[in-house]
Amino acid sequence: MFRTNLVRAAILASAASICVSSANADPVDQELVIDGTLKIVTKTAAPEGHPFDEVLSGWLFRTEETRAMEADSFDNPGMLRVEEGEALWSTVEGTAGKSCASCHGDAAESMKDVGAAYPKWDEASKKPINIELQINKCRTEQMGAEAYEFDKGGQKPLTAYIKNQSLGTPVAIDLKTGEMQKWWEMGKETYYTRTGQLNLSCSNCHEDQMGKNIRADHLSQGQVNGFPTYRLKQADLVSLHNRFRGCIRDTRAEFPKAFSDELMALEVYVTWRGTGLSVETPAVRQ
Amino acid sequence: MASKPRVKVPKKATAGEVITIKTLISHEMESGLRKDKKGELIPRKIINKFTAEFNGELVYSVDLHAAVSANPYLEFTVKVNESGTFKFSWVDDDGTIYTDEQSITVG
Amino acid sequence: MNITRRQALVLSAGAAAFAVAGLNSTPSFASAEDTEKAIMAISGGKMPETGKVTLTAPEIAENGNTVPISVSVDSAMTEGDLVESVSIFAEGNPNPDVVTFNFTALSGAASATTRMRLAKTQNVIAVAKMADGSTYMDKKEVKVTIGGCGG
Repeated sequence: MFRTNLVRAAILASAASICVSSANADPVDQELVIDGTLKIVTKTAAPEGHPFDEVLSGWLFRTEETRAMEADSFDNPGMLRVEEGEALWSTVEGTAGKSCASCHGDAAESMKDVGAAYPKWDEASKKPINIELQINKCRTEQMGAEAYEFDKGGQKPLTAYIKNQSLGTPVAIDLKTGEMQKWWEMGKETYYTRTGQLNLSCSNCHEDQMGKNIRADHLSQGQVNGFPTYRLKQADLVSLHNRFRGCIRDTRAEFPKAFSDELMALEVYVTWRGTGLSVETPAVRQ
Repeated sequence: MASKPRVKVPKKATAGEVITIKTLISHEMESGLRKDKKGELIPRKIINKFTAEFNGELVYSVDLHAAVSANPYLEFTVKVNESGTFKFSWVDDDGTIYTDEQSITVG
Repeated sequence: MNITRRQALVLSAGAAAFAVAGLNSTPSFASAEDTEKAIMAISGGKMPETGKVTLTAPEIAENGNTVPISVSVDSAMTEGDLVESVSIFAEGNPNPDVVTFNFTALSGAASATTRMRLAKTQNVIAVAKMADGSTYMDKKEVKVTIGGCGG
């Protein structure tokens, strides 16, 4: 019964493009100032070649209660995990007897604004690299430690801690180095390609229907400037590649592996779509 | 316990002032109602009690049930008449007690 | 975009199927009766009066797993006018008990905030017990929705 409905719903939803309410719920017109002092850019002019005139943070699409939770660094439960990441920063691991701090010192200085510039070109692997993979590179090449498995061990808290050092800094990635432009093109291709039984692309929801309600969810632009982000649903940090996979799964498609070429290209492209928005890690979302 | 409790207490207050205290502790608050991938119930494991003492005297407490969200957040007020130390305790179903202390100057 | 009435009906049938399938355990929800029993245990058998206590909760919860709620009681919090406790109940959860805040004369004010789980759209009830044994209550309906993609 359930399966039958599911398949019928899937077929019909795909035929009807996507089930969205006709009611347009606009994003709020409000400023995000964390702890009353740190101004966050949640709305800014889009870079050249962008489908929107303005890029908007997902924060603007959330309810008053959720917005308030992010506006106070104490109320933000994601900060518990950032503090966990801070402890990991100076925890010695691996055969070289080193921690992150052994080479990078105080993260407040060495990692300031770093997270706003990732992903970036990695000459050694001839691929873009994100914070998670950069941590693993340090662990295996410098510390003599095991790479973190996807979403395991200290991966999420340490990534969140590093990105939190760029809190407020506008996202700006360098597409001119190496083959970043080629990966941007690949990511764009993925973004606009329909997939799954529901036959949906990223753009169907986050571009075509942005601002509308998909059942009870207020569709945002799908910006990634707040990842890893604290989701009320999981009551925990959720990584970007986990969210990518979740979205693709929801179209009822086979989903690619975390950090696969396909998802790395998507990360490059989607990060660019949020150019100019402040890093919000750890953002609070539904 | 992944990280230590987070507690926000003002450093200073005037005598008789009613201050706001916020606490947040990392805890899964496993309800005992969820099933694992094999279909077996995951045993309940929650923070069931929170207490706040000031200079050894109980000033506030909370009884928590499984319907409190993961990473329990508690915000409350205390009237402070003198300088001293707060002691906060979170009691886990497994008997573990997590504590934190914060001092305040009243004058 | 055009959705016919028939398509819309089938779509919502699919949505309803999700809602049921989404529950991990047998849905044995507390009833309004269980909640009433729990309230009576505090009030000593009579229904609390309305007033004095204010429960603040969102009209629509963005996600039922983390719903911020606050209570405050109109009280001087002195020996003659003291709130002993405020208990929160959720009549549509598997168990109606949520939390009890226990105040003292050193609380300064009878107000508290926490975050709670709501299994579905339901009434949330706050019951304040005064030191003289009198009880007061407030009730708010909180709508809990499921996300766009069944999550």
